[in-house]
Amino acid sequence: MAKIGVFTCWCGENIARHIDVERVSKAIESLPGVHCSMNYKYMCSEPGQSLIIDQIKSLGLTGVVVASCSPHMHLKTFRAAAQLAGVNPYMVEMANIREQCSWVHADKEEATAKAIELIRISVEKLRHNRPLQPISVPITKKALVIGGGVAGIQAALDIAAAGHEVILVEKEPSVGGKMAGLSETFPTLDCSQCILTPRMVEVNQHPKIRLMTYSEVEKVEGYIGNFSVTIRQKARYVDVNKCTGCGTCWNGCPNKRIPNSFDFNLGNRTAIYIPFPQAVPARPVIDSSRCIHFKNGKCGICEKNCAAGAINFNDEDKLITEEVGAVVVATGYQLYSIGKEQSNPNLSGYGEYGYGKYKDVIDSLQFERLISASGPTGGEPKRPSDGRVPQKIVFIQCVGSRDNAKGVSYCSKICCMYTAKHTMLYKHKVHDGEAHVFYMDIRSGGKKYDEFVRRAIEQDGALYHRGRVSKITEEEIDGVRKLVVRGADTLTGKPVTVEADMVVLACAMAPTDGATALAQKLSVGYDEYGFLSESHPKLRPVETNSAGVFLCGACQGPKDIPESVAQASAAAAKVLVMFSQDHLTREPEIAHVDESLCAACCACVQACPYEAISIEEIVDRKGNHVKNTSRVNPGLCMGCGTCVAVCPSKSIDLEGFTEEEVYAEIESLLS
Amino acid sequence: MSETQSQLVADVEKLAHTQVNDCYQCGKCTAGCPRGDVMDIGPTRLIRLVQTGEVLEAARAESVWQCVSCLTCSTRCPKSVNISGVIDALRQISVEKRISAKRFNKTVLFQKEFLRNIRRNGRTNELELVVAWKLLGLASDLNPLAALRDAQLGPKMFFRHKLHFMPGSPVKDKAVVRRIFDRCMAERKSETEE
Repeated sequence: MAKIGVFTCWCGENIARHIDVERVSKAIESLPGVHCSMNYKYMCSEPGQSLIIDQIKSLGLTGVVVASCSPHMHLKTFRAAAQLAGVNPYMVEMANIREQCSWVHADKEEATAKAIELIRISVEKLRHNRPLQPISVPITKKALVIGGGVAGIQAALDIAAAGHEVILVEKEPSVGGKMAGLSETFPTLDCSQCILTPRMVEVNQHPKIRLMTYSEVEKVEGYIGNFSVTIRQKARYVDVNKCTGCGTCWNGCPNKRIPNSFDFNLGNRTAIYIPFPQAVPARPVIDSSRCIHFKNGKCGICEKNCAAGAINFNDEDKLITEEVGAVVVATGYQLYSIGKEQSNPNLSGYGEYGYGKYKDVIDSLQFERLISASGPTGGEPKRPSDGRVPQKIVFIQCVGSRDNAKGVSYCSKICCMYTAKHTMLYKHKVHDGEAHVFYMDIRSGGKKYDEFVRRAIEQDGALYHRGRVSKITEEEIDGVRKLVVRGADTLTGKPVTVEADMVVLACAMAPTDGATALAQKLSVGYDEYGFLSESHPKLRPVETNSAGVFLCGACQGPKDIPESVAQASAAAAKVLVMFSQDHLTREPEIAHVDESLCAACCACVQACPYEAISIEEIVDRKGNHVKNTSRVNPGLCMGCGTCVAVCPSKSIDLEGFTEEEVYAEIESLLS
Repeated sequence: MSETQSQLVADVEKLAHTQVNDCYQCGKCTAGCPRGDVMDIGPTRLIRLVQTGEVLEAARAESVWQCVSCLTCSTRCPKSVNISGVIDALRQISVEKRISAKRFNKTVLFQKEFLRNIRRNGRTNELELVVAWKLLGLASDLNPLAALRDAQLGPKMFFRHKLHFMPGSPVKDKAVVRRIFDRCMAERKSETEE
C-alpha cells in the first residue's frame, strides 16, 4: 500500500500570490494513497528539505510528490533529499504549479483548482511508479580524436596530458590541418608554422598518443564509454617504420609536375611526396593515381634509391579496430566552392567573379600560401598567371557568405580579420602596392581585433570600400592583363572601378567534405549546411546529443584559431570528466522490451534515432532457436520514447514513463 | 587612386593636420552639424570623398561654404579627425583651383575681403569692411537692391554695440601682421609649385 506525502511550496509569493496553498493542502489530504499533505514557504530550502526528510522517516512514506516549480529546476534536489531519507529517488514526482499554473493564471480560484488537479495527476502517477535503479556502464578510458588540425591536436594533447590514451586520426598524410598552411595569424601576426609545428611534433612523440595519419574512420559501433571504432589506414606504399624521411625518394621522383593540394594547386609536388617540408610524420606517401610505376610497372626510381628499403608497392589499405570510451570530432572546414560547379544543389557559385576562368582570381587560402614563407613562391606575392608582383590587389569579402541567393546565409566570421591581415602582409611586402577591400560590414569582435583592422586602414593604408562587387572581367590595358573589378562605394554613393593585378576572394567557410557522413556514423546531428550540432548552444557547447561524442573547432561552425583551441580544451575537459570515474551512471528512464511479447517486427529498430535497439536471438538450453526479440542497449538509449509509440504489440515501454503510469495520469484527470 | 589624387589627399591632410583614414564613417559629425540639414554633401561624406581621393569633388561642394566653423564635428569626433580643418583645407583648395560652388561666389568674395581687411589694418575695420564688401557685391551682380538689403540692420547693430564706426585701438605694428600674411602666402606658393 502506497504511503504518499504531498509537499506544496509557496515559492515565496510566486505561487502563493495566485494559488491558495492552504486550501490545496487540505484538498489533497483526502486523495487515495496520500498519507500527509503539508506546505511550506520555500520547499527547496534547507528547512523545506528537512521537512520532507523528517516526514518520510517518521511516517514511513514510500513516495513523495512535490508541488512547486518545473522539474528542470529542482527535480534533482528533491530526488536527492528523498534518497537521503531512504526512499528510491524515482519515487519522487513533481507537480509544476509555478510555471504552468501560478505564473500564467490571474484568477486565484481557477488557479487553485488547477493546482489541485495537477497534484492529483502526479499522485495518481506515483501510485503506479516502480522504484528504478540507475544504470552503471563501464568506461574504456581511451579517446578517439578525429581530425589532426589545431583543434584535434589541442584536444589530443590535453587528454594525453591527463594520462589517458588517445588515438588521433587524420585523413591527410600529415597533421596540421588548415593552420599549417597559413602565413601569419591575426591579430598578432605571429607565424602560423612557428606556433603550430612544435605541437605537431609533440602529438607524434607523445607516449600516450597514437597518431594515425592518412587514415579515416570507417565504422563506429557501441555506445558511451564503449565505442568500437574501425579505422581505415590508407595504403601509403612507404613503410613508416623503415623510412628515415631522408628525402632521396621525392627528390629523385621524375614525376614532378603534380599540383600540390596543400598549396591549393598553386605549386607542384612529385608522385612520392610529403605535403610540406615540416610535415609530421615526415614520412612520404605515394600518390598511386599519378605514380608511373602504378601505370605501367616501370620507373621504380624511388625504390632503387631508398637506402632503407622502405618502399612497398604492394602495400594495401588496412582496417584497424580500436575500443574507445569517448570520441572528439574536430574535422574542421574547407572553403565554399566559388566556381560554377557546385556539389550542393542549393548553391550556385559566383560565375561573375571569374574564379577558375581567370588565373589571377584566387581564394583566400591560396593567397595564404602565396604570402607564406613555406609557400610555392617562398613568400613573395607573385600572381599565378605570369609571376609578376601585383601592384594592385582587390580583396572581396563575403563571397558566398551572407548570400541567400547563391551561397550560405551565415557570416563566416573570420574573413574580416584575415582580409585585414592579407592587406597588411601585402603592404609589408609591396610598399607602394595598393590594397583595395570591398566589404559589407566589418565584424571584428574579439580581443585586439578591431584595433587590428583599424591598423590595416590607418597605418598600412588599405583602401576599404563599402559595397559588394558586381563583376570581374579580364582586359588587356597597356599591354598588361588586368582584372577590371566593378564595385560600388555606398559611402560616397558612387560606382568604383579598380584595374587590379590580382583578386582575392574571401570565401565562406563550409564544413569539410565527409563531415556529414561521419556525423551519420556517430549519430550526431548537423544543420542544413553540414555543420555538426552541439547539444545546447550556450550550456552544452561541446557535447552532442549522442552521449560520449564531443565537438570542437570549425566542424561545429565558423571559428578562428583561438576559439577552436579553447573549444578543443573544453571538449578534452568533458572527456576527462567522463574518464574520472570507473563506471558511468546513467538515468534508468530508458526503453525496456518485454521479450515474451516482442514479435521482432523491427519497427522500433527502424524508428530509434540512436541505433540503440538491435534484434537478438533467444535460444533454449540446448542452443535451439526459440524466437527473435528486440533488445535495448542501455548505454545507447536516450529515453526519447519513439520506439514505444511505434510498437504494434505494446511490448516496449519507457521506464519512469510506462504506459500504465501515463494512462493513470490521464484517467485521473478524466474521472 | 591616381598620383594626382594621392597628392591632393596629402595636401588636405597637411593643411588640416589630420589623418583622413582614421575616419570610420560613423556619422557623428553630420549628426551634430548645425548646418547639416541644408548641406548638399554632409561632413561625413566630405571626409569619405577625401579618403577615396575625390578631393576636387569635395572642394566643389556647396557645404564647404555652408560650414560655420563651429568645430562641433571636430570636438565630438570619436577618432579625433579634424573635420572642420579638412573643410577649411577644402575651401582653400577650391579658391586656389577656382572651383568653388557658384552659388557661394559672394561668400568667397566676402571671405577674401575680410582677410584683405585684416592684412591692411592689422585687425578688422568694420566700417571699411562693410563699405568694401557692399561695393564689391554691387560690382559683381550690379544689383543695387541687394547692396542695400542689409541697410536696415546697420542702426540696430550700432545701438547694440555690434557695429563700430570708429576702428578699435590701432594695432601697434601693422607691418608684423602683414609679414605674417605674406609669409603664409609665400610658403603656400612654394608648396604648391613643388
